[in-house]
Amino acid sequence: MDGKVRFIQGNEACVEGAIYAGCNFFAGYPITPSTEIAEHLSYRLPQSGGKFIQMEDEIASMSAIVGASLTGCKSLTATSGPGFSLKQESLGYAIMAEIPCVIVNVQRGGPSTGNPTHVSQGDIMQAKWGTHGDHSIVAITASNIQDVFEMTIEAFNIAETFRTPVVLLLDEVVGHMREKLVIPEQGRIPTVNRLRTSVKAGVDYHPYFARKDGRLPMSDFGGEHRYNVTGLFHDMWGFPTGSPSSIHNLMRHLVDKIDTHPNKICKYKKFYLEDAETILISYGSSARTALEVVNYSRKRDRKVGLLELQTIWPFPEHVIADLCKNAKNIVVVEMNMGQVLQLVKSALDDPDKVYLCNRYDGTLINFEDVLNVLRVIQGRGL
Amino acid sequence: MPIKDYIRKRFFPHIWCSGCGHGIVLQGLLTAVEELGIHKNDLCMVSGIGCSSRIVGYVDCHTLHTLHGRALAFATGVKFSKPSLNVIVPMGDGDAAAIGGNHFIHACRRNIDMTAIIMNNRIYGMTGGQFSPLSGEGIYATTAPYTNIDYEFDIVELAKGSGATFVARTTAFHINELKDILKKSIQHKGFSVVEVLTQCPTYFGRKNKQKDTTTMLEYLKTSTTTIGSKAKQENPELIERGIFVQTEKGEYCDKYDKIIEKATASVKG
Repeated sequence: MDGKVRFIQGNEACVEGAIYAGCNFFAGYPITPSTEIAEHLSYRLPQSGGKFIQMEDEIASMSAIVGASLTGCKSLTATSGPGFSLKQESLGYAIMAEIPCVIVNVQRGGPSTGNPTHVSQGDIMQAKWGTHGDHSIVAITASNIQDVFEMTIEAFNIAETFRTPVVLLLDEVVGHMREKLVIPEQGRIPTVNRLRTSVKAGVDYHPYFARKDGRLPMSDFGGEHRYNVTGLFHDMWGFPTGSPSSIHNLMRHLVDKIDTHPNKICKYKKFYLEDAETILISYGSSARTALEVVNYSRKRDRKVGLLELQTIWPFPEHVIADLCKNAKNIVVVEMNMGQVLQLVKSALDDPDKVYLCNRYDGTLINFEDVLNVLRVIQGRGL
Repeated sequence: MPIKDYIRKRFFPHIWCSGCGHGIVLQGLLTAVEELGIHKNDLCMVSGIGCSSRIVGYVDCHTLHTLHGRALAFATGVKFSKPSLNVIVPMGDGDAAAIGGNHFIHACRRNIDMTAIIMNNRIYGMTGGQFSPLSGEGIYATTAPYTNIDYEFDIVELAKGSGATFVARTTAFHINELKDILKKSIQHKGFSVVEVLTQCPTYFGRKNKQKDTTTMLEYLKTSTTTIGSKAKQENPELIERGIFVQTEKGEYCDKYDKIIEKATASVKG
């Protein structure tokens, strides 16, 4: 592929992906291990007239990107666990008010301050359920530098298509490791621009009246249409309402607009799944280890495959049910206490064939960890 | 343009109690905006949560009703990304000084060109009459049934100390002064803070022996005086009204434009 070749860190690849996608507003707060994203954007954004602001805290950063998105910006913030906890308040606001924006969470160990400089994948459930109330959300991952670049673009594209916040769940290893990145010519990877209303000035514009396809064309603050945006349940004008039918319909819309489109959103990668007797399911940096084990096993004629999840939310349960139906064993490889494990089990008719290979000590799950679990479940012992 | 043209009649009646001071602030604000000739498309109002925050929904401009305490953070995103907008941020006393205290001092420090209006009725109205950081010692509230022992912030001193470049105080009784101060605060280039002492007869009044709106407005009249007046010298207990700070200092969006110039020059160079 033609393009500019770089040898860079995952966090910087995320920055390049954001710029490629058209990001022109970033608000953030320093936190390990995501800080390089803010640092690089403070340098890169003003070069093309974009705006960078370091806010007083994580809550303010998340709030500021919502404000900027309303004026028409493609906006981004980046953080890690403790900051992601703080952002949940405004993340819920972005869900309720349907404001496109992207939140990068470079995961580290938790709970609390936890393990700031080491890897974890413990925020899987938080990405969906960290903010209160029923809702749906999109969360995606990446396991290598090229994917970080491309999934960052994907995050902006999904945010604009579905008018939703999108969480890009990286982890400390992916954020800090260095690999080759090829940045293609602008236009080679499609970028989605915001759907704006065609309603003319002076004609009533209903910011929360969905089209037949469920989409709500936007109008930039500062433009010809003046409307209200609120975190309260609201009517088609964006004005607060307590009407049971309005509340019912809005909740239905917020969940359905994402959960009924898994095929448009869900991405995954398949490695040797066709004849696999044992399927590893993994994502992020753990998937690198899992892939190494698969390659090793195939050289020894063991029928092991890998399903790498690039979309975590909405959880691709139908994909998993379909691809894993003929497998004898499934091993979820992740760096937490089994968060995706539970989701995989509930996706399958036979949850007893699902095993967990995990690590939660701040070090990257390694080749032997996975191989040992395979030996045990294949009856070969340690 | 009559000020009623700035109102979203569709969303009336409003939620405020009879005798509430927030409607007076709305009237003063809209008169100020109208006299300044600000076009509705160029006006954005951002608020948080509370009785006062509902003010934005009633104004026919770009309105953003956000989270408790976070109005200034959302507003910073709006203003910084679209500096051509006039951004006005009405807040309540609990909203601005308690849960939003950190955003408040940093917005003052940053000197971004917005107008923060703190509608100070010394009580949390929407949740039913709890004391706020601006209530002060000795008042009664539903969470201070024996009397409040919390000292209050002086919002003017807080804003001055945090670097706001326009700081003023007025009341819901002094309606002409309210309008004039709001006009000046909107015209000021930089971060402006206007504290408006206002009345909540439903909760503050009832709990604190100010039995009706007239009594409360009378109190706003008699307990305040203009800055440096003779009355203040004779009675130091009086609360001063007027413009405390009005200084010129580099504004945040302007300063960032210079950063963009530097950054784009470095790429071309």
